[in-house]
Amino acid sequence: MTNTTGSSQGPALEQEGPIKKFFRATEIDTRILGMIVALVLVWCIFDIWSGIIRPNEGLFGGSFLTPRNLWTLLVQTSSIAVMSTGMVLLIVLRQIDLSVGSMLSLVAVATGVLQVYQLAPALGVGHPAIWILGVLMCLGVGTLIGAFNGFLTAYAKIPAFIVTLGGLIAYSGVAFLLAKGETVAPMDQNFGVFGGGIERSWLGPFWSWLIAIIACAAIIYAIVNGRRQRQRFGFPLRPVWAEVFLATVGSIVMLGTTLVMNSYAWPPKLIENFAKANSIVIPAGIENKDGKAICMAADSIVRCTEGFILYTGYSLPALIAIGVCLVMTFVATRTSFGRYVYATGGNPEAAELAGINTKWLTVKVFALMGFLVGVSSIISSARLNAATNALGQTNELYVIAATVIGGTSLAGGVGTIYGAMIGALMMQSIISGMSLLNLAAAYQNMVVGGVLVLAVYLDQLYRRNVK
Amino acid sequence: MAKTPAKKTIAAKNVSKPVATETHETPLAVTGSQTFRKTRAQPEGIPLIEMKEISIAFGGIKAVDHASINLFPGEVVGLLGHNGAGKSTLIKVLSGAYKRDAGSIHVEGKEVTINNPRDAKAQGIETIYQTLALADNVDAAANLYLGRELKTKMGTLDDVAMEAECRKVMHRLNPNFRRFKEPVMKLSGGQRQSVAIARAIHFNARILIMDEPTAALGPQETAQVGELIKQLKAEGIGIFLISHDLHDVFDLADRLVVMKNGKVVGTASTKDVDHDEVLGMIIAGKCPSGAIPGPGAMRN
Repeated sequence: MTNTTGSSQGPALEQEGPIKKFFRATEIDTRILGMIVALVLVWCIFDIWSGIIRPNEGLFGGSFLTPRNLWTLLVQTSSIAVMSTGMVLLIVLRQIDLSVGSMLSLVAVATGVLQVYQLAPALGVGHPAIWILGVLMCLGVGTLIGAFNGFLTAYAKIPAFIVTLGGLIAYSGVAFLLAKGETVAPMDQNFGVFGGGIERSWLGPFWSWLIAIIACAAIIYAIVNGRRQRQRFGFPLRPVWAEVFLATVGSIVMLGTTLVMNSYAWPPKLIENFAKANSIVIPAGIENKDGKAICMAADSIVRCTEGFILYTGYSLPALIAIGVCLVMTFVATRTSFGRYVYATGGNPEAAELAGINTKWLTVKVFALMGFLVGVSSIISSARLNAATNALGQTNELYVIAATVIGGTSLAGGVGTIYGAMIGALMMQSIISGMSLLNLAAAYQNMVVGGVLVLAVYLDQLYRRNVK
Repeated sequence: MAKTPAKKTIAAKNVSKPVATETHETPLAVTGSQTFRKTRAQPEGIPLIEMKEISIAFGGIKAVDHASINLFPGEVVGLLGHNGAGKSTLIKVLSGAYKRDAGSIHVEGKEVTINNPRDAKAQGIETIYQTLALADNVDAAANLYLGRELKTKMGTLDDVAMEAECRKVMHRLNPNFRRFKEPVMKLSGGQRQSVAIARAIHFNARILIMDEPTAALGPQETAQVGELIKQLKAEGIGIFLISHDLHDVFDLADRLVVMKNGKVVGTASTKDVDHDEVLGMIIAGKCPSGAIPGPGAMRN
């Protein structure tokens, strides 16, 4: 597999003539393109490989490229992906946060204790204020801890590595004390919406399509608006075919993803419950063990290929992750805050001399990281429907790995949000794929570690060769 | 050599601005006679910038020790001295990079507070650092506007407008510059220099500090910077020029200030001293007759 990752980046480097012209016209980042190609290759290999072991309904006869697996993959990736967007800015700023995993545990336990031991007895189970306060608790506590890390780094001038290494050890201790070593469960039922594990956190086909169409419109608007802006100042424009190509590819990816999400059916038992609860008449049909719908065969409800069926569409955690990615990309590229983060990472002294308050900037970026850990802790604890002091264990390593695989340089100044998202997806794909192949966790760790190192090596090669 | 400091002050009072008195003064200098030589080390009027009795120490070392310098509109003052003489440190106090321990800074006669680079920029003091101080990973426009970005109505960065402005100012400095989309680390030394200069002059600077502006440049680019300095001077901008290159200073500066061990050795009009005398000031701290001695001047 390591070889495939390598060869997939190769072609992007050596193309000449019309292909080079194509990349220049469309301004596609060949590095990111290489990563996407590598990701797709990894997916295909897992699908083929798992198909050889046990044939399934995947694109190549395996069980990886099925709506169900891809849907799950997005949910599983969301927590790490959300945090990795913050880690990009931190590493770009030449800082690092090793404490995100412990912080996630601590925040989750804090909201768990609040919900389960404080609010539920006081307000009654299921009271709407519980989930709102629970969410605010996560975001607030996360932001505060992050700001504290940032304060120690920027103003007390302790290296971030040490501050957050201390945090990694200390925060999990605080989480243990807070939870008294217990698993805090169950979380509030409304809070569970953020985990993607219950029906209410699935958007369904209608809203999913609506979001997809809005997204397509936004892509086209962004391209048209960008072109108009450049026209206003008489700058060189991209050729029209390149603009059309970008809009088309963007829309196809968006609609394709939505199509996949919308073809993952609810589990039959849940469809049955839903039908009963809403007094929907279940049509008669023929029993089929592999069917995804339900129907009436004689007097019993059975699984059928044709009958009553419900599709999940996007899950809330996946949508949150995509939303965070968009917002963070906006923050990184369109705001002066983001510009300062990159400039300071590129040359801290120059940024200071340009009048940027780099210390306060550092605190803000750490606080933002903490906020995003808060978001992730909501997703993780809601998904598990419990909070433990081990919830975020080793998450910091995956977050940093995803960020680095996504092309963020530890030297600072270089990194993209979408790169980190793809990095997170790549890592989760490898973990999930190897689970599907029934490989032991030890092998998974070995491969993930190897991929991390290889990705950075390829990145170095790429940067050296592309001028 | 026989002149007393008191005489010099009187001589200086006859002169209002170095540019205006050039024709009047030159014949005297040409005569070459030491006794008749007058000094124009101190123009009259309200200086654009006056730094009085500035001191700053790092640990136990007095990097700058009671140094006073001034600068008049449309004047170029060269700041000379060995490595570690304190000239860069003194200038960083003015640009807000260092906070002084003692002394005061006056802009057009009024005392101002300069505690950080933002304060200095607010006073119209712009600096081109020896290191250029560019954020290497972002493009020319982003560097030009770093710290004072143009925003759209929505409060987001107006990259297109910034690029447009950047194209204008770069066209003036370096008409062949085309690489607006690339991070500045990919640019040549001269191109990077133009970006740093563009940043300093784009925001209506009144006082420009140039720390070794030509150190990284080839002969042609050095000449370009010289032309630019003359142009800015004509616009009434005051310039502090820090340089190791005596030729540069004699070509471009109206006055020069020599520092040694954190103290000012002396101030002189470039017309009143020659290369050897200035070298004597730099190396030995020996103040020639054409210069006003400072606290750092060697005593007989």
